[in-house]
Amino acid sequence: SRELFVLTYGALVAQLCKDYEKDEDVNTCLDRMGYGIGVRLIEDFLARSAVKKCRSYSETAEMIAQVAFKMYLGVTPSVSCTSAAGDEFSLILDKNPLVDFVEELPAERASLCYCNLLCGVIRGALEMVHLAAEVTFLQDKLKGDAVTEIGIIFLKKTEDKKHKRN
Amino acid sequence: MADEALFLLLHSEMVAGLYRAAEQGEGENGRCITKLENMGFRVGQGLIERFTKDTARFKDELDIMKFICKDFWTTVFKKQIDNLRTNHQGIYVLQDNKFRLLTQMSAGKQYLEHAPKYLAFTCGLIRGGLSNLGIKSIVTAEVSTMPACK
Repeated sequence: SRELFVLTYGALVAQLCKDYEKDEDVNTCLDRMGYGIGVRLIEDFLARSAVKKCRSYSETAEMIAQVAFKMYLGVTPSVSCTSAAGDEFSLILDKNPLVDFVEELPAERASLCYCNLLCGVIRGALEMVHLAAEVTFLQDKLKGDAVTEIGIIFLKKTEDKKHKRN
Repeated sequence: MADEALFLLLHSEMVAGLYRAAEQGEGENGRCITKLENMGFRVGQGLIERFTKDTARFKDELDIMKFICKDFWTTVFKKQIDNLRTNHQGIYVLQDNKFRLLTQMSAGKQYLEHAPKYLAFTCGLIRGGLSNLGIKSIVTAEVSTMPACK
């Protein structure tokens, strides 16, 4: 059940905080782990959802928000495009299941991105479908913001390496 | 269920991440297993609280073990323990012939030495659950053939 995942995640973050003094190190570690999960989760996602290929960045962002988040975390963030070029999006979550059992961040961990795993997961999954992206937390409810906001910036598409393979 | 995949992946990443960190910095192998076990302990404590909120009081140790084998295991791993043995003197052996966290690895001798890493978390889980039910215990795991474990 989801509780197991949320509790395990909490224990993991707690352990990382013990191991690493600096918040940035914990954040990096979470991001890297998320990346590892993302590259494998995408296969699971595609197998379960059997969705068609997305034809635009905005379709991709919608897919992440409406299908993937719903499937794995049971919530549907709202998507909005934040750039004129159509390559920057933000997902707004007003309910974040990962922090269900967390009341607040301890004072000495003020810059900890508790949910940084999510950023890594999205980044890893996108990379597996040949979309390079930068994913970061723009707002975080745990830090006192009104909502939790994840920003996705699609970078230049990675080149098709088929013809370069030797 | 999709949640399962998430948890399985998170668990593998946790094991890999901890060992990666241990290789780079200080920290011997044994500590990683302890860390994993401690994490499992915390999670086990929390989980058992939520599961037993509405259930009746347990009559005795055996009852608790049966609960762990059936309801607890089902909620966590979507199946029951295949075999429970006891010597009625405080030792219980739970056998799972198709342990979820090991099914992803090839069945064979190759990865036998790595199996304990994946079991540490679950041992902690059981120990945490039991501790919150008032039982102090030591939980160990043994893998002879993948994916079965005791």
